[in-house]
Amino acid sequence: METIRTDVAILGAGGAGLRAAIALAEANPGLRIALISKVYPMRSHTCAAEGGAAGVIKSDDSLEHHFNDTVGGGDWLCDQDAVDYLVQEAPKELIQLEHWGCPWSREPDGSVAVRPFGGMKKQRTWFAADKSGFHILHTLFQTSLQFPSIQRYDEYYATDLIVDDGRCQGFTAIEMRSGQMKFFQAGAVIVASGGAGRMFPFTTNGAIKTGDGMALAYRAGVPLKDMEFVQYHPTGLPNTGTLLTEACRGEGGILLNKSGRRFLQDYGMGPETPVGKPVLKTMELGPRDRVSQAFWHEQKKGNMVSTRWGDCMLLDMRHLGEKKINERLPLVRDMAVSYLGVDPVTDPVPVRPVVHYMMGGIDTDISAATPLPGLFAAGECACVSINGANRLGSNSLTELLVFGRRAALSAAAYLGAGVGAANDAALAARATEAQARLRELFERTGGTETIAGLRKEMMATMEEHAGIYRSGEGLKQACATLADLRRRYAAIELHDKTNVYNTDLLQALELGAMLDCAEAVTVSALARTESRGAHQRLDFTARDDAKFLRHTLALYRPEGAPAIDYRDVVITRSPPGVRDYSGEQK
Amino acid sequence: MSQRQIELEVLRYNPETDTEPHFQRYSVLCEDEWVVLDALNHVKATIDPTLSYRWSCHMAVCGSCGMMINGEPKLSCKAFLRDYEGVIRVEPLAHFPIQRDLVTVIDDFVTKLRRVKPYLIPKEEKSIEAGEYLQTPAELKKYKQYTLCINCMLCYAACPEYGLVPKFIGPAAISLAHRYNQDSRDGGREARQQEIAATEGVWECSFVGACSEVCPEHVDPAGALQQVKIKSTIDWYQEHLMPWRNK
Repeated sequence: METIRTDVAILGAGGAGLRAAIALAEANPGLRIALISKVYPMRSHTCAAEGGAAGVIKSDDSLEHHFNDTVGGGDWLCDQDAVDYLVQEAPKELIQLEHWGCPWSREPDGSVAVRPFGGMKKQRTWFAADKSGFHILHTLFQTSLQFPSIQRYDEYYATDLIVDDGRCQGFTAIEMRSGQMKFFQAGAVIVASGGAGRMFPFTTNGAIKTGDGMALAYRAGVPLKDMEFVQYHPTGLPNTGTLLTEACRGEGGILLNKSGRRFLQDYGMGPETPVGKPVLKTMELGPRDRVSQAFWHEQKKGNMVSTRWGDCMLLDMRHLGEKKINERLPLVRDMAVSYLGVDPVTDPVPVRPVVHYMMGGIDTDISAATPLPGLFAAGECACVSINGANRLGSNSLTELLVFGRRAALSAAAYLGAGVGAANDAALAARATEAQARLRELFERTGGTETIAGLRKEMMATMEEHAGIYRSGEGLKQACATLADLRRRYAAIELHDKTNVYNTDLLQALELGAMLDCAEAVTVSALARTESRGAHQRLDFTARDDAKFLRHTLALYRPEGAPAIDYRDVVITRSPPGVRDYSGEQK
Repeated sequence: MSQRQIELEVLRYNPETDTEPHFQRYSVLCEDEWVVLDALNHVKATIDPTLSYRWSCHMAVCGSCGMMINGEPKLSCKAFLRDYEGVIRVEPLAHFPIQRDLVTVIDDFVTKLRRVKPYLIPKEEKSIEAGEYLQTPAELKKYKQYTLCINCMLCYAACPEYGLVPKFIGPAAISLAHRYNQDSRDGGREARQQEIAATEGVWECSFVGACSEVCPEHVDPAGALQQVKIKSTIDWYQEHLMPWRNK
């Protein structure tokens, strides 16, 4: 097996991975940086983020407001020291992107424009029309091309972290075009591999979001933190799950039930605000978890519009007019027309909540370090946690910039402090073990299970039992099903036993990652007998700060369900309070 | 929900087992609102797990799933079955070597992208503390369209010149260079000019305009190429007829 020696190996070349690579190249041009991804960087799912990135820049706003919106939005499960770091660094990172050429939308005087977003007290979302993530990703990718020390390895799928001497020293990966396994031997590893929304059947996430990096870290003994917190975005196209950004509502779009009532006023987010004049932090600008939950209740009451794709609410943007829609929401219009045949200029668009984002992920501290020396993580795959129990819209793009850079600085400092000499023989032995595991899967015959079959069962279970509302009974069943699916996974057999660009193999490995992540979600959710943010239990409806102002830590066990442990939330100055999104609050 | 039986004719090629590419027929029961990608996914999940192709976002923004569909370069996530009758023929993007099935080797494009220096070379350095560069909506508009390229390479598959002269830098890379040249914050035109005004640069373009016709994001690479040609011509005249202006 070929060994590729590098100082830092970054797994994932989306927003967080690219930001980390650039920060390393700038910090020390002598560092060898390997940027490894299963796709070309511009295919990474950062490109699909639409609305924008939060950072305080306007004079009526303050870091304190951003802190409070984030902590309250996260239902007090955020680590407040980390949130402080996020809000302080956010404006700098967004200006840095501007200096790198990001085409942010502008005010008439040439300064950067901001737009309102859900759960935010002030307007602080920087945006580039409704393709903000796309522009951030391409700006980072293009900027990265000027650094010769960033060596890219596109279309490599990582299979195992290589740990020896108590520290992470690289990973094995399959080069897709040859099918050969390589060992990336590195002083430090940064995982920036994105989320795992594909565990669910109905998601805004692209096909590549399969929790690969999360599973790698988890199997290497790093806890997955707060995995039970899965965000539903309230407004997805009902047939494809395609995201219609929160900016639809930020710009003034309203949500209606089948009688034309703006039903959010009946769920603690009223009173009704004037149509087309959105008021921050109330009604349609309530936080994502509350809006999605309100949908669920209205659906139970039979108040939703029934469509061939299931019950929907209506997102009405007609009053914005064609000019504003074209200028601010061109992608939204294109998507709704193309995929649903509904033009938001002339008709309300049927939408329903859709799985969007994992608040949980690889356990890291405020410096983006995991408990495993030499391993760092940033972006959606990581849980710092600044998102708590419910991420505020437009904090994720900011997070991947701030903590992508932070992971790079931490990795550089870790290397600078000196790591011990590598035991080449021990590393080679570990890499060979990884290769043997892969070969066993590759050559297995007599398998009785199919990838598509197991994947379908996993998705159905997650949708049924780990959705917007959960119950102990349902979660128990989901845990049992997932344990069974993990067992049956050992009996899959590949149909494709060739080497070049073998997507049958790729999908098998992705399924293995998703099953591990899915089990961490359901076991963590079953253990959290309270309701907080995006984790709502029908059998434990109240938030329980005495017992659960703590992060869940799921610890991998090769046989059987993960062990669950807890760690206290870092509270510095904002004690748990009431999340008030009624219009009377201010 | 109405369904339709679709005949797909997909180009297959596995370098390990095939001496040359061949077509394979799949008969798929499809929902009428599906795109070609949905049909391929259905084949992969239920009929033939060995079929290989790239895809991810299913919303025409990641640029992975470009293919020839009935001979035209398309994003398969935006090629609606309702727009096709009869057998639908699916092939890998033209003008790129086939790696496997519908997966092409795109090293050439990736290398060219880097060559045109597609990053901001600031006219004047500014510290983060000094805040953002000011850029009016009108200045933004001058280059915004050219930022929308998703690197899907449909324009390369459509470009007859690229088919004939593979060293041609091509529509997307030149548009991207033009995007930075047109940016009010940028001062790097001269550095990029060496690449895009060279013989394999903009002058290879015969202005067929096929690139702009197939662009799913309406970037209009042909327009960018023409603008670069005009500006390069002005450069030439200034250099040769008014040499004092260069000094």
